[in-house]
Amino acid sequence: MRRSPLLWAASLAVYAFLYVPLVVVVVFSFNDSKLNAEWVGFTLDWYHKLFANAEMLHAAANSLLIAVVASALATVLGTMAGIAMHRFKSRLLPFMTLTPVAMPEILLGVSLLIFFISVFGEESLSLLTVIIAHTTFCIGFVAIIVRSRLAGMDESIFEAARDLGATPWQTFRLVTLPLIMPGVVAGALMAFTLSIDDFVITFFTAGAGVPTLPLQIYTMIKIAVTPEVNAVSTLLMLLTLTMIVLAGKIAPDVLRGKG
Amino acid sequence: MALLEIKNVSRRFGDFTAVDDVSFTVESGEFFTLLGPSGCGKTTLLRMIAGFDLPDSGAIVLDGVDLRDTPAEQRPIHTVFQSYALFPHMTVAQNIAFPLRMAGKADDEVRTRVREAVAQVKLDKLEQRYPHELSGGQKQRVALARGLVNRPRLLLLDEPLGALDAKLREQMQIELIRLQRGVGVTFVFVTHSQAEALALSHRIAVMNHGVIEQMDEPDKLYGFPKNRFVADFIGNVNMHEATVAATGGTLTLELGTLGRIAAPSREGVKAGTGGVFVIRPEQVSIRAAAEASPDPNQFEGVVNDFLYIGDVTTYIVDLPDGKRFEALLPNSAPGRAKFFEVGDHVRLSWKAEAGAFLDA
Ligand SMILES: Nc1ncnc2c1ncn2[C@@H]1O[C@H](COP(=O)(O)OP(=O)(O)OP(=O)(O)O)[C@@H](O)[C@H]1O
Ligand SMILES: [Mg+2]
Repeated sequence: MRRSPLLWAASLAVYAFLYVPLVVVVVFSFNDSKLNAEWVGFTLDWYHKLFANAEMLHAAANSLLIAVVASALATVLGTMAGIAMHRFKSRLLPFMTLTPVAMPEILLGVSLLIFFISVFGEESLSLLTVIIAHTTFCIGFVAIIVRSRLAGMDESIFEAARDLGATPWQTFRLVTLPLIMPGVVAGALMAFTLSIDDFVITFFTAGAGVPTLPLQIYTMIKIAVTPEVNAVSTLLMLLTLTMIVLAGKIAPDVLRGKG
Repeated sequence: MALLEIKNVSRRFGDFTAVDDVSFTVESGEFFTLLGPSGCGKTTLLRMIAGFDLPDSGAIVLDGVDLRDTPAEQRPIHTVFQSYALFPHMTVAQNIAFPLRMAGKADDEVRTRVREAVAQVKLDKLEQRYPHELSGGQKQRVALARGLVNRPRLLLLDEPLGALDAKLREQMQIELIRLQRGVGVTFVFVTHSQAEALALSHRIAVMNHGVIEQMDEPDKLYGFPKNRFVADFIGNVNMHEATVAATGGTLTLELGTLGRIAAPSREGVKAGTGGVFVIRPEQVSIRAAAEASPDPNQFEGVVNDFLYIGDVTTYIVDLPDGKRFEALLPNSAPGRAKFFEVGDHVRLSWKAEAGAFLDA
């Protein structure tokens, strides 16, 4: 393919639009000034401050715990849902699984809040309710990825496994699971990132006692956008990047976007 | 006792009957073929034998045991799928080892048996490759080795050569026969290629619309087709509407305006019965019209066209009543590829014991 200069310029502009704000955040997290205005000098002060900030650390711990547990649950349930959607060609099943994906977050947040309060009472809002809420909206994402992975597969492979003596469980463990693993990993990753930066649903279901990282950042910037916020955002970015690289290692074809 | 008994098996999808009251038996060590056109129910029948599907009525019996309540993984029956269905995430060796592992064989035995199987299908040096690194013919061999390695009582093969090119297919046919004789495993083979069926099988069941039209050894099937469908499906055949004019030691048939011929007698036919007379092109002699023929059945005609196949030439001849017959001449004389030109007047003839009278 010939590369025209115009195409080059256009793609450069798009990438700039995407990445310049991120670069700005990273750069100013190392800036020796309280203002996000001009470069003064390099410092790690904001990171020191961040790690001395007990509230922030507590929020980060909460976020990590929620993301790990919710993405693990969503991965297991979502994989099962994806397989079920593939196996039983019902119309209702995808509809029910995918609705939380398409639903406006605010609606999901409000309805989960009402559900938790009316069924378990006001004081039930806790880490547990956040985890349940996050699991709920992540299942659909995992299920879609797993199902699309299965959709391209020759059905007779699974019959062949049974035919050659594998029980249904052995077929799942030795054939189905390894084949959908890239999808499962991608789904888990997606669930983790969705969970760790979720604000709206967490806001409704967390109650007072469970600050998460996004909630904490929100509280902080209500006062002022300090370089500390830049620092925590940079770390969050680093975490996400690591996960993507990791996923690329475990399941190379996820990043290449091939089935 | 027969190894496999199919007893009055039927399978319906909605109000469509894919397999209709089919019965047959397969003997131990036999190479048995299900032959029929696309959609006649071959795969449906095979899937019921393998255990992926259950008959609506009838029974499938292996070694005297009804398989109805035996799930696929517990049947000593393996399948070679048309799409090969190799496990893409396993190497050749792992694919072949799979049935042995499922059967709980010890590591040592697995290694030995895999090595044997690999040698048997000539895949040495390819053990560590993945399926996507193999050619179609090599994948085929892996599928065969995987199906045979745990020595099933029965191996089902669903058009296993369908995806191969002509040359490779011929080569694999020879190897299939060699393998089957070598390992002594009973084969139930599915194909819609009559040439493949004739070349490979001990016995062939010809299926059409979910029923078995005829079941016989290849030469009987070819030489003595029971009805019009079988005659037409197996090999090439000339057909002509006929009415029985007289019975006796030989039949006398009235071929419309063409005239009378003598044909082999058949039990239970009465004078006046209508049907078809069929005869294979290689049973029809062709010579110049001026030459005389000793055969009782002869007609003059005009060469309409000919097909040079290489080893033989097929002449298509217009008969006086407008019907076309084919006659076959071997090109064994050196330098001779053509005996007649289009438009030549020729004489077609055949013996009284050639051909057959079949129901319409
Ligand atoms: N699950 C099913 N539901 C409905 N109809 C089916 C189903 N499976 C097969 N059929 C129908 O049953 C008939 C026989 O199908 P089958 O696959 O057995 O044919 P086949 O003889 O194997 O043909 P081919 O040579 O093309 O593979 C076909 O008309 C097919 O459409
Ligand atoms: Mg078929």
